[in-house]
Amino acid sequence: MTSPLEQKKIRITGPSMVTANRTWDGVVIYRTASQSWSADLSDAAIVRTSDEARALLTESIADDIGAIGAYIAPVEIKDSGKIKPGNLREHIRSEGVTIDLPVPA
Amino acid sequence: MYAYDELDRTIINERVSEFRDQVKRRLSGELTEDEFKMLRLQNGVYLQLHAYMFRVAIPYGTLSSKQLRALAHVARRYDRGYGHFTTRQNIQFNWIKLAELPDALADLAEVGIHAMQTSGNNTRNVTSDQWAGVAPGEVEDPRIWSELLRQYTTLHPEFSFLPRKFKFAITASDHDRAAIKVHDIGLRLYKNEAGETGFEVLVGGGLGRTPFIGKTIKPFVHGHDLLSYVEAILRVYNQYGRRDNIYKARIKILVHELGIEKFAKEVEEEWLQMRDSALAIDDSVIEDIRSRFSYPAYEKLPHMPEELKKAAHDPHFEAWRKNSVAPHKVTGYSIVTLSLKPVGGPPGDATADQMDAIADLADKYSFGEIRVGHEQNLALPHVARRDLPVLWKALDRIGVATPNVNLVSDIIACPGLDYCSLANARSIPIAQELTRRFANHETANMIGRLHVNISGCINACGHHHVGHIGILGVEKNGEEFYQITIGGRADEKAEVGTLIGPAVPYGEVADVVEDIVEAYLALRARPDELFIDTVKRLGVEPFKERVYATR
Repeated sequence: MTSPLEQKKIRITGPSMVTANRTWDGVVIYRTASQSWSADLSDAAIVRTSDEARALLTESIADDIGAIGAYIAPVEIKDSGKIKPGNLREHIRSEGVTIDLPVPA
Repeated sequence: MYAYDELDRTIINERVSEFRDQVKRRLSGELTEDEFKMLRLQNGVYLQLHAYMFRVAIPYGTLSSKQLRALAHVARRYDRGYGHFTTRQNIQFNWIKLAELPDALADLAEVGIHAMQTSGNNTRNVTSDQWAGVAPGEVEDPRIWSELLRQYTTLHPEFSFLPRKFKFAITASDHDRAAIKVHDIGLRLYKNEAGETGFEVLVGGGLGRTPFIGKTIKPFVHGHDLLSYVEAILRVYNQYGRRDNIYKARIKILVHELGIEKFAKEVEEEWLQMRDSALAIDDSVIEDIRSRFSYPAYEKLPHMPEELKKAAHDPHFEAWRKNSVAPHKVTGYSIVTLSLKPVGGPPGDATADQMDAIADLADKYSFGEIRVGHEQNLALPHVARRDLPVLWKALDRIGVATPNVNLVSDIIACPGLDYCSLANARSIPIAQELTRRFANHETANMIGRLHVNISGCINACGHHHVGHIGILGVEKNGEEFYQITIGGRADEKAEVGTLIGPAVPYGEVADVVEDIVEAYLALRARPDELFIDTVKRLGVEPFKERVYATR
C-alpha cells in the first residue's frame, strides 16, 4: 500500500494543522505539539512550512491505532492568537453541523 | 413480509461474530486501518466528517414493526436518537462509535437486519417499488424477484470485488416508483403478448459524475432465465469494466464506450453458455420464496366507509388524504405515505421516538408492515380506509403527516457537507429553506407535482440529475455554489435535467427556485399541466431568462 505521503507532494500556503478522527469512536481530533491528539482545535500544533507539515503528518499517520484518516487542513490564526478552521468543511468538523439536530444533543 | 430461514439467520449471526473479532483486532492494533477498511465497508461502516456512519440494509424497502423498533433502539442506544432514510431504501446512523458497532449489529441481527451490501464494490441492496405487492395493476409482487436476487448476490464470491459498486432496482408497475432507469441493472416485470411473465432488462443507467439513462439490453427475459442473464451481464462487466480509473469504472461507462449493441452481443454469448446451467430457475425455487412472504388477511370492507365520509368535511384531513393516500389493490384499503419532510426539517430523518410510534401504528393499522421509499418517505401499505381519519390524527401528533407528498417541499436531499466527507456543499439547509418558502399548503398544492432533488457533490446521492428541479452543490474558491438543472425525471420517462446557467451562491438558491416556480405558473398551459410537462413543452430557455435576467 502506498502511503499518502508518497502519493502526493505536500504543499501548504498558510498556517495549517493535522486533523483526523479518533479510531474507537470517530470523534474529530487534532495533532498536538506534544505528539498526542486533542479534540480541541485550540490544542492543535500549527505548521507554517511544507516541510513542517510533512513532518507533522508523518508522525500523525504513524499512530495508526489512535487515529484514522489524518490529513493537513488550513487554519486561520486570529490577532488574539485564537485558532479558527480555515474552510467551511473544517468549520463544520470543528463546530458541528450547521443545522439543528432532530434530537437536541 | 419475508421470513428469513435458518441459513439467512446463520449468515447474519456469523457475520456479527466475524465483525466483532475484526473490530477487536483493529482496536488492539493487530489490524491496520488499511487492512480494516475493506472489512468495515463490507459491514456498512464509513468514516464521515464527525464520526463513523453506519448504513443498514432494508432489502426492497420492506420493514416489520419489530425491525423498525430495533432501528429505533440502535438510534437511541448507540447513536443520537435519530436515523436518516436514504435514496436507496436504507437507513444511516451518523454518530456511531466503532467500539459499539458489533453490539449494534448483534441487536439488529436478532430481528434479521444486517449491513451487508450497503457499501463496497459489490452488488448492493436490491431496491424495489415501495408499493410492491399492494399497488393496483401490478403484474405480481416484484419483491419475490428482489428476494431471489438478494439471496443470489449475498456474499457471491465472483461479484464481491467488482470494478465498482453495482445496483439493482425492480418494478412491476407501469408507473416506475423504483427509478429503474438510473440503476446499473433495472428490471421491469411485465406480461408479454403470450401471457408469460418476464423482465425487460435495462443496463447502464446511473447518476453521479456521468449520468446515463439505462438502455434496454433485452426486451424480454423469462423469469426462469433471470439469474443466468443477470450473471452474464455481471461477468461481462467484471471482465471488461475498468479498474484503473474510479470515475470510469461503473458499468454505465462500459456500456457507453462499447455501445449497447456490442455490449449486448458479449452478454448474449456469455449467456448462451450458461443459460441451461444450475442458474436456470426451477418453479419450485420461486414458489419457495413466494411461500415465505406472508400477506395480510384482508377483510371485506367498503371503499367509502362512513368514517371517511364524515372526515371528508375536515379540510385539513382532506388536504392530507389527497396527497398521502393512494389506491390499494384490495377494495377498502389504502397505501398511506408518511412524510419525513416536515417544514424546516432535514429530509428523510426520523427520530427513535417517531420510529417506535410508527411501529406501533403499523401494528394497529397496517398489519405490522412499513415500507421505505427512495423518495426518503415511509409508507404503511395496508391501511383500512375506515381507519384513515384516526390514523391521520396519530401521524399528525408525531409529525409525519405534513400534506406535501410529491409537492415542491417533498425534497430529496443527501446529507451534504453537514455530515458527508465527500460533499463540497451543504444540502440540508437548502432543503430546509425551500420547505419554509413553500410551507403554505394551498400554494404548494396549486403548484402541483414538483420534485426537487439536492446533492452536495457530483456523486449525486440526492439524485439531482433526475429532479424536476435539480440542485448540485459545488465549491468555488472556498465558497458554496449551486448548479441548477430542470426537466429531469426518474420515472418510466426518465430523463437527465438540463443545466440552466451559471452556478449561484448559497444565499440565492431558494430565490432561484422561487423564480423558476413563478415562471412555471406564468407559462403553464393549464392549471393541471405539471411543471415537468411545461419544461418539456417549452424547453429551458424561458426559465433561464427568468432566473438570469436580474442576476
